[in-house]
Amino acid sequence: MSNGVNVQALLDAREVLKGAPEAAQFTWRASSKWQHGVHSTTKIEKFFGLGQEQSHKNESVFEADHPAIFAAEDNGITPIEYLLVGLAGCLTAGVASVAQNRGIKLNSVEASVEGGHDIRGILGADPDVRNGFNDIKVVFTIDADASPADIEALVAQSQKRSAVFDALTNPTNVTVEVA
Amino acid sequence: MYVTTAVIGAGHAGLAASHFLTAASVDHVVLERGEVANSWRHERWDSLRLLTPNWLSRLPGAAYEGPDPDGYADMGEVVDLLERSAKDVPVRTGVNVTSVRRSPEGYTLTTSEGPIRARTVVIASGACNRPVMPAFDVPARVEQVTPFDYRNPSRLPDGGVLVVGASATGVQLAAEIQRSGRPVVLSAGEHVRMPRVYRDRDVLWWMHHAGVWAQRYDELDDLTRARRLPSPQLVAGSTLDLNALTSMGVELVGRLSTIRDGAALFSGGLRNVAALADLKLNRLLDTFDEWAGTAPGERHEPTRVPASARWRLDLRSGEIGSIVWATGFRPDYSWLDVPVVDEKGALVHDGGVVGDGLYALGLPVLRRRGSTFICGIEDDARDVIGHLVQGLKSA
Repeated sequence: MSNGVNVQALLDAREVLKGAPEAAQFTWRASSKWQHGVHSTTKIEKFFGLGQEQSHKNESVFEADHPAIFAAEDNGITPIEYLLVGLAGCLTAGVASVAQNRGIKLNSVEASVEGGHDIRGILGADPDVRNGFNDIKVVFTIDADASPADIEALVAQSQKRSAVFDALTNPTNVTVEVA
Repeated sequence: MYVTTAVIGAGHAGLAASHFLTAASVDHVVLERGEVANSWRHERWDSLRLLTPNWLSRLPGAAYEGPDPDGYADMGEVVDLLERSAKDVPVRTGVNVTSVRRSPEGYTLTTSEGPIRARTVVIASGACNRPVMPAFDVPARVEQVTPFDYRNPSRLPDGGVLVVGASATGVQLAAEIQRSGRPVVLSAGEHVRMPRVYRDRDVLWWMHHAGVWAQRYDELDDLTRARRLPSPQLVAGSTLDLNALTSMGVELVGRLSTIRDGAALFSGGLRNVAALADLKLNRLLDTFDEWAGTAPGERHEPTRVPASARWRLDLRSGEIGSIVWATGFRPDYSWLDVPVVDEKGALVHDGGVVGDGLYALGLPVLRRRGSTFICGIEDDARDVIGHLVQGLKSA
């Protein structure tokens, strides 16, 4: 049975890093460049982890812009939509990993993610409205050789171990400076 | 003074150790900083009763003999139980151990009554010596209370109360504070949901008989996790899960993430910790049914989570008068001058065997899941003291 997740490698890493917290310190990096209007391009390639510089196999390039109804050119998705990409990717990876670890064969995993957003916040139209999402809803449709309760447990455990779920549900200190 | 074995603490664990040491004719002394059952006398709130029914609350040499085996002991009855168990135990009360060090013959204890030399030492000083309190920047106008300070709701200031933590302590205090007329906001992280009764039996009857408590520490998938598991949401006599609290008017919020600029910020993940607890509860009930060989019994309504739980609570607005930190307890090993405590402050031991004649009793899941409860100490003490006695013989 395999969902293609190398769970043994993850379990081995967990054991090793238990005794080596310094190697577990990762830094993820992105660098962006303003293009024109509200369009920017962000590239991601290098990161730091396991005590040294690391690199993805390839550089990834992400365009961020606003849609035409915001009077923009729509060269890419809006920045806040990237949070949905992150959440969907993270929870889905979690479902696959937990399923692998529990010996559950996945036939298909689909998720629809919706973020409710009152844009009066970012427009400054109402000071009582926040800038970010008001709420996010994820609905998984999973076909797997497992009971409904086991599938619910996969999704619950995936949230419990999700970096992006944590980052979205808990506050994080963010420092923004001018170099 | 020299003894073969010094036992530190005259709570249920130290008394049980003494029982088996006496049975093996090992000369020993039980050192107690206060009096027998000191923590039960002085570090508990007024309404607290044991989570285990009386028929389960037994110690070596002392079982429940009263008229209500299905009742739950209050602190006076717990003290009485421990005192009966202490009848033939060589306890020296009022002896505070301030240091334990290795010595050529074993260990040297520095105490308020002078040094004591011992070949072996049993640490039975308890698992709940200090309440855990996260280091957040709480506005000065909000009173902060730990379960060690808390006695009853009347001592809290007027106004709302933020109870942080939804284990047994948190749900019990939330319920009685809400009943006192102070509106309670309960911050819940991961928790263990349990009904008081399943199929007409106390849920701990099932834990005991279905063999859950007998699961050995060295056979568990994740021992660290088992040892850190929050205490179940139980109270004497009735079910006290989050749904019961919601019905009483308690407001649920997510795990407290931080306090920033005078506002408590809660995790938006409340729904998932509730889902995890519901799933685990159903799995537990499934194991009971499997053991009983019967069709599934009643299942409980999923935890009702507010459609949009607050994730921000202004602590400067006057809504909240006090915070009750029901965020767990830790043992205190500051007096232990032997390098057997890990970086997180936990004692490193293998089923209560620390090594070199040093032993521990009375810690969660020490040798079995049942170790966490008073009734688990007899089997643990038999095993641990058995190991100690073997060590003396082979030395």
